[in-house]
Amino acid sequence: MVVSFKLNGIKREAIVEADTTLYKLLRELGCYSVKCGCETTNCGLCTVIVNNKSVLSCAVLALDVDGAEIETLEGLESEALEFGLCMADEGSEQCGFCNTGFIVNVVMMMRELDEIDRESVKKYLAGNLCRCTGYQGQLRALEKFIERKRGIKI
Amino acid sequence: MKYVNTSIRKKDAIQLVTGQPVYTEDIAPKNCLVVKLLKSPYANAIIKSIDTSIAEKVPGVVKIVTYKDVSQKRFTLAGQTYPEASPCDRLLLDKHLRYVGDNVAIVAGENEKAVLKALKLIKVEYEVLTPILDPKEAKDNEILIHPEESWFAQCPVGADNKRNLVASGCDEDGDVDRIMSECDVVIERTYKTKAVQQAMMETFRTYTEMDNYGRLKVVSSTQIPFHVRRIVANALGIEKSKVRVVKPRIGGGFGAKQSAISEIYPAIITYLTGRPAMIIFTREESQTISSPRHAMEVTVKIGADKDGRIRVCDMYALSNSGAYGEHGPTTVGLTGHKSMALYSKMEAFRFKYDVVYTNVMSAGAYRGYGATQGIFALESCIDELAEILKIDPIKLRFQNMTREGMLMPAYYGETANACALDRCLEKAKEMSNWDKYYPAKDMGNGKIRAMGAALAMQSSSISNIDIGGMTLKLGDGGFYNMIVGCTDMGTGCDTILAQMVADILDTEIDNISTFGVDTDVSPYDSGSYASSTTYLTGRAAIKCANLMREKIVEVGSGILEKEASECEFDGKFVFESENVENKVSLADIVTKAQSSPVGQLMVTVSEQSTVSPPPFMAGVVEIELDKETGVVEIINFSACVDCGTVINPNLARVQAEGGIVQGIGMALSEDVVYSKEGRDYSNSFMEYKIPSRLDMGEISVEFESSYEPTGPFGAKSIGEIVINTPSPAICNAIYNAVGVRIRELPATPVKIVEGILEKENM
Amino acid sequence: MYIANNYVRAKSLEEAWELNQKKNNKIVAGNCWTRLGHGNIGTIISLKDLGLDKIESDKEQIKIGAMVSLREIENNKEILESFGNCVQKAVESIVGVQFRNLATVGGSVWGRFGFSDVLTVFLALGAKVELFKKGIVGIEEFIEMDYDRDVLVSIILPKKGLKASYDSVRLTKTDFPMLNCCVARNGEKMRVVIGAKPTKARFFDCDFNEESDKIVEQFVFGSNLRATEKYRKSVAKVLIERNRRAVM
Repeated sequence: MVVSFKLNGIKREAIVEADTTLYKLLRELGCYSVKCGCETTNCGLCTVIVNNKSVLSCAVLALDVDGAEIETLEGLESEALEFGLCMADEGSEQCGFCNTGFIVNVVMMMRELDEIDRESVKKYLAGNLCRCTGYQGQLRALEKFIERKRGIKI
Repeated sequence: MKYVNTSIRKKDAIQLVTGQPVYTEDIAPKNCLVVKLLKSPYANAIIKSIDTSIAEKVPGVVKIVTYKDVSQKRFTLAGQTYPEASPCDRLLLDKHLRYVGDNVAIVAGENEKAVLKALKLIKVEYEVLTPILDPKEAKDNEILIHPEESWFAQCPVGADNKRNLVASGCDEDGDVDRIMSECDVVIERTYKTKAVQQAMMETFRTYTEMDNYGRLKVVSSTQIPFHVRRIVANALGIEKSKVRVVKPRIGGGFGAKQSAISEIYPAIITYLTGRPAMIIFTREESQTISSPRHAMEVTVKIGADKDGRIRVCDMYALSNSGAYGEHGPTTVGLTGHKSMALYSKMEAFRFKYDVVYTNVMSAGAYRGYGATQGIFALESCIDELAEILKIDPIKLRFQNMTREGMLMPAYYGETANACALDRCLEKAKEMSNWDKYYPAKDMGNGKIRAMGAALAMQSSSISNIDIGGMTLKLGDGGFYNMIVGCTDMGTGCDTILAQMVADILDTEIDNISTFGVDTDVSPYDSGSYASSTTYLTGRAAIKCANLMREKIVEVGSGILEKEASECEFDGKFVFESENVENKVSLADIVTKAQSSPVGQLMVTVSEQSTVSPPPFMAGVVEIELDKETGVVEIINFSACVDCGTVINPNLARVQAEGGIVQGIGMALSEDVVYSKEGRDYSNSFMEYKIPSRLDMGEISVEFESSYEPTGPFGAKSIGEIVINTPSPAICNAIYNAVGVRIRELPATPVKIVEGILEKENM
Repeated sequence: MYIANNYVRAKSLEEAWELNQKKNNKIVAGNCWTRLGHGNIGTIISLKDLGLDKIESDKEQIKIGAMVSLREIENNKEILESFGNCVQKAVESIVGVQFRNLATVGGSVWGRFGFSDVLTVFLALGAKVELFKKGIVGIEEFIEMDYDRDVLVSIILPKKGLKASYDSVRLTKTDFPMLNCCVARNGEKMRVVIGAKPTKARFFDCDFNEESDKIVEQFVFGSNLRATEKYRKSVAKVLIERNRRAVM
């Protein structure tokens, strides 16, 4: 079956099976930033943006995104890199494996939340698990990033 | 010094935060065969017959391997220096299946669907045997987990397959029984810890292919490339020279990848078919056929005088190694030695242990190794003792703790040459709200704030065994290649080693290219485990960089037609000390060397240590406990670490925070539960609950540095110690809140509420 | 993940219903729960093109389409204004934002899962379930029905001026509940719903001043991996009282 969509701003078409997940399709299309960590929709590693909402690509059927706009870290460029560098400055990228899904969700959080504080940040990102950092270093990166973007201390 | 003790970015940071394809699966050839495993549904069974003929006919299936196809010489998957302390008790595939999940067959095919279909079509007839699931019943049981004659142990660790023993023994110093009988107070308690999972985000994975020279190339997410080379060769029964192991970036390890969990399966497929092959463990496989912490039951008996003097400690640990013996004999040693050595004023100690086989998943290495289990037991018991003695538990610790310069009989008789444990505890207490809330304060809304504290120690490399290695090459224009065999798994060791080298060579960090790891290229290194990399490979780095300096000066002084002793090197030029204008640039030195018989300037260093200096730490937790629901919230975890000199404060801090949150998970929510048939229920992140960012409160970490004379720039280790304080500190705080002593982890709301109800009914 | 042979986006509810009559076919909405299965599916039936992703509100009721995500009901102003934050509180602990952007109201209700937070709050609010063939039934009736092959179209929340409060206990903040409870007050009457007992939620209607112990007695508790019967029984009373205080 054929599915067509916009991936990082570019029109794409792919032939997929009924049960192909968006996760699998995106990796086949070269979006290696998208990772899988659990298969039970618990970890957040496979987070991508579909129609301006962050979702778990391991649970999305490829055929369900027909006509959708999809964004992965590969397409988020400066929006994502600025925060990525905040992570690097804290050493909180660590192994890096959960970074990509996490950064995508941070980008989405900045788009979605008009009002932001420490608690709402933690809640919004609760679905992004990390085993290396204990989250505190990520939070320091968020503090710096949000202060820079919004001029507020969380 | 320019870089040591500064928080520079990790050298791989930009690649990681921009999502570059740097991990095993990302770089695998597109045409890899998909490799999957058929697993035993029984905890103890013998394969009576196995028929793969129908499965082989599935279109796309390329190869099916069963126990009939593999080498019959036993080996261990433990990543340890040869001869391994762990018993040789494995075959690549065995007729005897020893736990639910043990591997029955390997299937490789062109695509996942074909392989999954074939797995369902393999016909196996099992003779089902009675399993041993309770470690207390294992020793000298008539059921033998490893009855086979081909089982063997290479080291004298008290292993005996005819008694289900992976290891057994006793260490002591002083007259324990006599001193115990003289003590005013004797307390004896038993504590249990679970087989918690490392749960690194990247599951186990490996791909294999034949390289251009017909050798087996193994690309794997591993902490132990050199051990993997040996293990794969052993498993396949081939020469080690035929195997090459490459480690790309790793998505976390925490000890899990100190065993060769996934490598041998694609390896045999590539070896037999000549085709590239890849296995990606599912999360379920990572949870159920992997290498979690050894579950232990630790009994602690402490003798003390009324004035608070702890005089003697007697410990017994029963460790559950599961179906195979990986890391069984070595983890248990830490349980006693790296707990009791916190209190070196003791007059005597004894540590007895049994490590047993049972029919559950094999255990392995997890951050903290056995120390975590021992410290949970001892540091809980110290609080229980403090209550009996009516002494503040922090005061009791100050009174008895190991201090700088003390001999540590329980720690292999080493001396604490660098120890800031006293300052750590002082600081952690000061950072926390200890004085405000200790022991507990009712907040008036059904919730209670309470404080708990614990101490911890670990080690820095395995003395007289581990090897740290480094090669430095000077390249065109004057840059350095730093080639290592230790394995950066996200921790940043590639960066901190470069920081050390940059300072010694007076160069910029960007002038050092790091490379690791390829066993064909890298110098031998036992791998990144046992808290060895900063300390031991760091020592190799110092030596290596100093030797490189000497070489540079030697060649440079030759060009200047002076003696080496008359010249100096400032990182950019070699110059005559008395006439600084007489100089030659590093770039010119390389050019000259490489066009003369001198050739390339290259140094390789292997380093070993005769000591293993322990880092120390104090952790203080503030919790809020809902006494009606038993729910524990971590408000703050204040930790102070003495890891010697901090090479990169950011990376050290993140190590500490990460370890603390893993420890919080172990303390409050992570549990491995088996059915009565031996099936692991904790087989996903849905059932096995690691902390999310809403479960850890706020973590504060400070450093109180001692200076380790044998360490690079005075450094010790930090990677493991940081997981040790949360479990006892939190359980101590829970006791202070509601008077319920949790002696079996995790401390769930259920245990707390049932404990409260029990107390009320008494 | 299951294996599926075919995928059809139904053009009408009738077509979805027709396809769904075949035992091997399955309606897949958010795919969060279904993806955990390892079996075979003939045809995946998608309801994506049927406009079931809307929340409609009038004076009498709020109608939530089956394909509305949990994240949408979490943030919906109409729901917040009509029922306070009980719906929000019931869903905000479910895994994470990305999950709640996928998981649908229809899927959550249809599953009638023991651990469901959504079912507990909807039961308390006296929701109605719109099924394509059977029509509109009370959620009280729906949770007792066998899994048939009807199609869930929408959930209707009648605006009855209820005051409701939701609470739960969890091992970690984003885990399934060990127990959940919602209390909805209607004047001097109240409905108490308890879920994750660990079996699916049940309700008990009583006077607002009914003794908590008596209420707890109306429910059957059990043990599973997450909690024991003893714990659930003890905490049920706590949650009832806390919720009751919240709607005083």
